[in-house]
Amino acid sequence: MTSRPVSGLVLQRDVGVDVVWDLARAGSSRAAPRRPDGLGESRAVAAIMLKCRSAWGKLAPFARGAATLQRQNVTRTGLTNGRTTARVPAAHMATWPAGGGQNHLYVLLVGATCVGGAIYAYRTVKGDQRRYQERIAEISSRPHRRAKEATAGLHAEPPAQEVVATAVAESEAPVDPPSEEPDARSAAPSETTQPPQDEPAAEEAPAETLAEEAAGRDSAQPSPALPWHAPYLLIGGGTASFAAARSIRARDPGARVLIVTDEADLPYMRPPLSKELWFSDDPAVTDTLRFKQWNGKERSIYFQPSSFYITPEELSNAENGGVAVLTSKKVVHMDVRGNKVKLDDDAEISYDKCLIATGGVPRNLQVLDRAGDEVKSRTTLFRKIDDFRSLDKVSRNIKSITVIGGGFLGSELACALGRRSQDSGLEVIQMFPEKGNMGKVLPEYLSNWTTEKVKTEGVKVISEALVKSVTCKDDQLEIKLKDGRLVKTDHIVAAVGLEPNVDLAKSAGLEVDSDFGGYRVNAELQARSNIWVAGDAACFYDIRLGRRRVEHHDHAVVSGRLAGENMTGANKPYWHQSMFWSDLGPDVGYEAIGIVDSSLPTVGVFAKATAKDTPKAATEKSGTGIRSESETEDVASSAAAPPTPAPAVAAPKDDYGKGVVFYLRDKVVVGIILWNVFNRMPIARKIIKDGEEHADLNEVAKLFNIHED
Amino acid sequence: MSYCRQEGKDRIIFVTKEDHEAPSNAELIADDPHDPYEEQGLILPNGDINWNCPCLGGMASGPCGSQFKEAFSCFHYSKEEVKGSECIDHFRNMQECMQRYPELYPQEEDKESSNQPQEKSASDSTEGHSLSPQTDPVPVSSPTENQTAT
Repeated sequence: MTSRPVSGLVLQRDVGVDVVWDLARAGSSRAAPRRPDGLGESRAVAAIMLKCRSAWGKLAPFARGAATLQRQNVTRTGLTNGRTTARVPAAHMATWPAGGGQNHLYVLLVGATCVGGAIYAYRTVKGDQRRYQERIAEISSRPHRRAKEATAGLHAEPPAQEVVATAVAESEAPVDPPSEEPDARSAAPSETTQPPQDEPAAEEAPAETLAEEAAGRDSAQPSPALPWHAPYLLIGGGTASFAAARSIRARDPGARVLIVTDEADLPYMRPPLSKELWFSDDPAVTDTLRFKQWNGKERSIYFQPSSFYITPEELSNAENGGVAVLTSKKVVHMDVRGNKVKLDDDAEISYDKCLIATGGVPRNLQVLDRAGDEVKSRTTLFRKIDDFRSLDKVSRNIKSITVIGGGFLGSELACALGRRSQDSGLEVIQMFPEKGNMGKVLPEYLSNWTTEKVKTEGVKVISEALVKSVTCKDDQLEIKLKDGRLVKTDHIVAAVGLEPNVDLAKSAGLEVDSDFGGYRVNAELQARSNIWVAGDAACFYDIRLGRRRVEHHDHAVVSGRLAGENMTGANKPYWHQSMFWSDLGPDVGYEAIGIVDSSLPTVGVFAKATAKDTPKAATEKSGTGIRSESETEDVASSAAAPPTPAPAVAAPKDDYGKGVVFYLRDKVVVGIILWNVFNRMPIARKIIKDGEEHADLNEVAKLFNIHED
Repeated sequence: MSYCRQEGKDRIIFVTKEDHEAPSNAELIADDPHDPYEEQGLILPNGDINWNCPCLGGMASGPCGSQFKEAFSCFHYSKEEVKGSECIDHFRNMQECMQRYPELYPQEEDKESSNQPQEKSASDSTEGHSLSPQTDPVPVSSPTENQTAT
C-alpha cells in the first residue's frame, strides 16, 4: 500500500484490519460449548452485530473523509481544468471514486468482514439447531428401544383370557427404528406394526395384540388393536368413573367411552365391602360378591355385569359407541399439550376429553410402615375387593383381630367383624385416638352413645389410644400404646384415612391442593380445558360450602355424573349436595349431608325412638337396598313387608333415639345429621342450599317431622 | 315439654310430639323451577326428556340405549290418540335388543315394557327399578320434590 498523503486512508486500512481481527476474536470466544437455546445463539449474533455496528461507526468518519477527499481532489482538478466543474458532484459519489485502488480495497475489506460475520452467525445457529434436534430424537428414541427389546415380534398372539399386564408387554409390536425426526410425536412407540402410522390420533388402529380382556371373551384371530384414540377417556374405574360414563352415554348419543383402571375388576361399589357383604349367609360370597339387600333382593356389587361393556378393541368401530374398560393398566404419564396419556406398558392413548377419577390409596400408620415384614404381612389396608377377600379369609382363621381407626370404615369393619365373632369366638378390638367412635364427625354425646352401641356389637373398644410401636412376637402382634397399655393380637386392619392419588399431577402440570389434598378443580370440576376430576381425588369449589374434598360414595356418584355432564357441554357447577350414611348394625343408622365436623358447634333436636325407627325398617318401607337409592325412588305404595320389630337389644339409656343435628358455621347451617330419621334428605338438602341464618333451630327441626315415621 | 341442655359448644333439645305440633315458622327460600343448576326430573322444563335422570337407571346408556331413546322419544312426542301407537317398530327394536342381553334386561320386563311408557312419565321409580335391577345402584340423589313437580 502506498503511503499516500491522506493519512486518513492509511488509517482506514489499519482500522479495517483491526476491526476484522476483533470480529474474529469475538466469534471464536463464542465458539465455546453452549446450550442449544435460542437465547445463546441470538446473543452471539447480537454481539457480532454490535461489533459490526461499532466497526462501521469507526469506519464511517473515514469513509466520509475519504469521500470528501475524493471530492476535493476532483474539484481541485476540476477547478484547475475548469472544464468538468459542472459534472463534478454527486455522480462521482455514486460511481467508483476516482481514488482508485485504495478505496476498492477498503470496500472489499468491509464487505468481506460483513459477509464473513454473517456466514459465521448462520453456521453457528444452524449447527446448534441440528445438535438440539439430534438430542431430542435421541431422548425420545430411548423408550422405543427399550420397548423394542421387550417385544416378541410383529405377529399377533391369540389372546387368551383375563391377563395381567406383564403378558401384555410381550405381545407389543416392535417399532420402526426411531428416525432423526425433530418431531418426537411422529416417532411415537408401539403404534406401528405393519404400515407405520404417524398420527397417534388415527382411528383405524393398526393390528396389535393386547392380551387383556375385561369380558373374558376369546378373540380367536389376531385381534384388532387397542383404541389409540378415545373421545372420552376416564382414568380410574371406580364409582365416579362409572357415573361419568353413564352420564356421557346418556347425553351424547353414540359416545365412545374408555375407562382405564389399574384394578383387575370392572367398576364396583365399595360400601357393601364393609357392610352388607359381611352379613351375607352365603359361604361363596367372596366369589360371587353378591349381597342381599334388606328388601330381600340380591344384587352384585358390580355396577353392571360384563355384558354391559364392549371390549376396548371394539370401541373404535362400535356403531352406537359404548363403554369399554381396560383393566390392569395404569396411566403413568399425562401429556396435556398433546392430549394423550401413556400407560404402564408404554401404550399411548389420545383423548378429546379426559376425566381423572383415580380415587386414593389407604393411608398407613408410620409405625406400621416401619415395623418390618413380619408385622406388614399381618396388616390389612382395606379398600378393594382383594382386601375384602383376604380379610374374610384371615378373620376365619385367627383368634384376635384389631382395627386401628375410629372413623366410618374402622367402625363399620369392627361392627361387621364383631357380628361374626358371636359365632366364631373371634376377639375383635378397635382402637383409636379419639374419645369415641366417629369422634371427628359426631358431637361428643352422640359419639359416646355410638361407642356404647359398637360395644354391644361385640367389639372391645379402646379409646384415646395412640399406637407407639408394633412388634411381632411368637407369631403374635404386640401393639404398644403411648400410655403403656399392651395389646396382643393376631392381625391388624388399619383404617386411618385415604391418601388421594395425585400421581399424574406432575406430568400433567395440574394443581394439587395443599389443604385437603387431591387435584384442585373449579366449581365445574374442571382442572384444565379438557380435563375434569371427580370423586375422592377432587378438591373442588362448593359454591355454598367452600372448597372441600369429600370421600363418600354418593359424592362420587354426584360428582362423576356432574363431570360427565360437563364433559358433554353442560357447564354446571357442583350444586346438588351429596349425602352419606352409616349403619352401625341394623339398629342404629344415620344419614348426613354437608360439612359434618365435630369441631363445629351443633344443635341437636331429639325425640324418643320407637321400634319402627331403624335403618332396616326404612329400607324395607321404600323397597330399596342401598340407602341412597331410596332418595331417587318415590316411596312405593306397594312397599314390601311391614317392618319387623327390632331385635331385642337393651334400649340405650340416653334418649338419642331419633333426631336431627345441625352443624353451624357462623350461625349458618352447613351440615345436618338425620339420626335414625329417614327419607327426609330433600328437606335437609334444601336447608343447606338456602344457607340462611335461622334464629330458632327448633323451628327448623319441625320441618323434619321427627316424631313421625 | 321440651327441655334443653348445653354440653360445651353443643346444644341438645328434647322435644315431645306436642312441641312439634305447631307448624314451623322457619322460612325457606322459594325454589326456582327453572334454576339451571338444579337436578332435573325426567322431563326438563322445556319439555325434552332428561336422559340423564337417575330414575331411568342405565336404560339410556346401556347397549340398547339408542333403541330405548328412539322408542321413548317417539312415545313422548307422539300426538296420536293412542299415544305411541306409531312407535311400535321402535319398541320392537328395543325389545329385540334387550333380549340379546338377558343379563342386563331380565325377561320379566316383557310385560312391563308395554306398561312402561305410560307409567314412566308419572312415577319414574319402581318400574325403572324393576326393569333394570342390575343397573340402578349408581344414580342416587335426585330431589324427589322435582320429580313430583313434573
